[in-house]
Amino acid sequence: MIKIANVSKHYGSFQVLKDCTTSVSKGEVIVVCGPSGSGKSTLIKCVNGLEPFQSGEIVVNGISVGDPKTNLSKLRAQVGMVFQNFELFPHMSITQNLAIAQVKVLKRSQDEAMDKAQADKFPGQLSGGQQQRVAIARALAMDPICMLFDEPTSALDPEMVNEVLDVMTELAQEGMTMMCVTHEMGFAKRVANRVIFMDQGAIVEDDSKETFFANPRSERAQHFLAKILHH
Amino acid sequence: MTYEFDWSSIPGALPFLWDGMKISLVITAQAVVIGIVWGTLLAMMRLSSVKPLSWFAAGYVNLFRAVPLVMVLLWFFLIVPEFVGQLFNIPKGTDLRLSSAMAGFALFEAAYYSEIIRAGIQSVPKGQIAAASALGMNYAQAMRLVVLPQAFRNMVPLLLTQAIILFQDTSLVYVSALADFFGAAYKVGDRDGRLVELLLFAGAVYFVICFSASQIVKRLQKKYHPA
Repeated sequence: MIKIANVSKHYGSFQVLKDCTTSVSKGEVIVVCGPSGSGKSTLIKCVNGLEPFQSGEIVVNGISVGDPKTNLSKLRAQVGMVFQNFELFPHMSITQNLAIAQVKVLKRSQDEAMDKAQADKFPGQLSGGQQQRVAIARALAMDPICMLFDEPTSALDPEMVNEVLDVMTELAQEGMTMMCVTHEMGFAKRVANRVIFMDQGAIVEDDSKETFFANPRSERAQHFLAKILHH
Repeated sequence: MTYEFDWSSIPGALPFLWDGMKISLVITAQAVVIGIVWGTLLAMMRLSSVKPLSWFAAGYVNLFRAVPLVMVLLWFFLIVPEFVGQLFNIPKGTDLRLSSAMAGFALFEAAYYSEIIRAGIQSVPKGQIAAASALGMNYAQAMRLVVLPQAFRNMVPLLLTQAIILFQDTSLVYVSALADFFGAAYKVGDRDGRLVELLLFAGAVYFVICFSASQIVKRLQKKYHPA
């Protein structure tokens, strides 16, 4: 479903991604973790072309993301994405947030789009957890072939983390193909098929979750796990 | 020797003054509308990654912001009509004063509006564009449906304040002898030898209009941005 091959990216002389290679099969759930600044958010944003990359290739559902001839908008309409800061549109009601891209991008009728949800509140009136769940619903309303999550719970108060993770777990169990950048190791243990560990722009580990949590190969991953699994 | 005020020439001149006010309002209204539309396009060009567009917008804005408004109005009054007249075969002697004043104001104000709008667009978090793109919207859709509505909401007070300044500036059309409100007041005062009274009266009218308008803007600001 998603193939990432030898992808590198620079900001000037600073290399954010170093020769990253991995793949996600249909129905697989991949968790990407690593210290901040390791390039995990950048990598996931390359998958739907929100971040350009200079070398390597990413193929999503048979379509090359880096190819200048690719209609990126069309590809993105099929790939759901959820952001750290929700990024709901604050000037639109929840209903409008859910309907806008269905109507304007997929050309569905207003009625058909509204069918999926009805809520007259505005994003500012919801809690962070509710906003993030709306953001997930907004992405799902497009009937995506896979979902990308960029630290979906990092901006949430602790008591709201679980309501978002529950939705993601349910989604994973329904067979959605997912690539999630997250520090929630409990979520990774429960639903991930594989865990990717990144450090300084490179993919250091790419293992089944059992291997990753039981005996990570690299010292860097051992350190990381020791730190975040402590509590 | 003391000056004796004589306001008697004002009541009879009111219809003429009102005609002048209409010209001032028409110039203001069209310059605000065209200025905002053209200013929005300029702001988007300026922020565009297409270099020539961005250079053009930057050059335009810098040019118009670096010359006095009176001079721009004179260009449009003296030079442009000649040129346009030849281009479109408009008979000599056609009164182009109003249209040239309107064009001058609109193009001049667009430069100022584009800077306000550029700041407004930049005030919308980058993540909003990312989210819109991630949902499959193209750049134009993301701008029109997501970024600009939020940008304009943030900018309304500034845009209105600029409109008030513009209304005051319309008095500068007197250089083309166009009878806007100020020009009309001047003409009446000159004719009746009551220039002082008429100019005081005109000043009071400008004050009342602009002061009330800016109070309304303040109210709006409080309503939308209760900080």
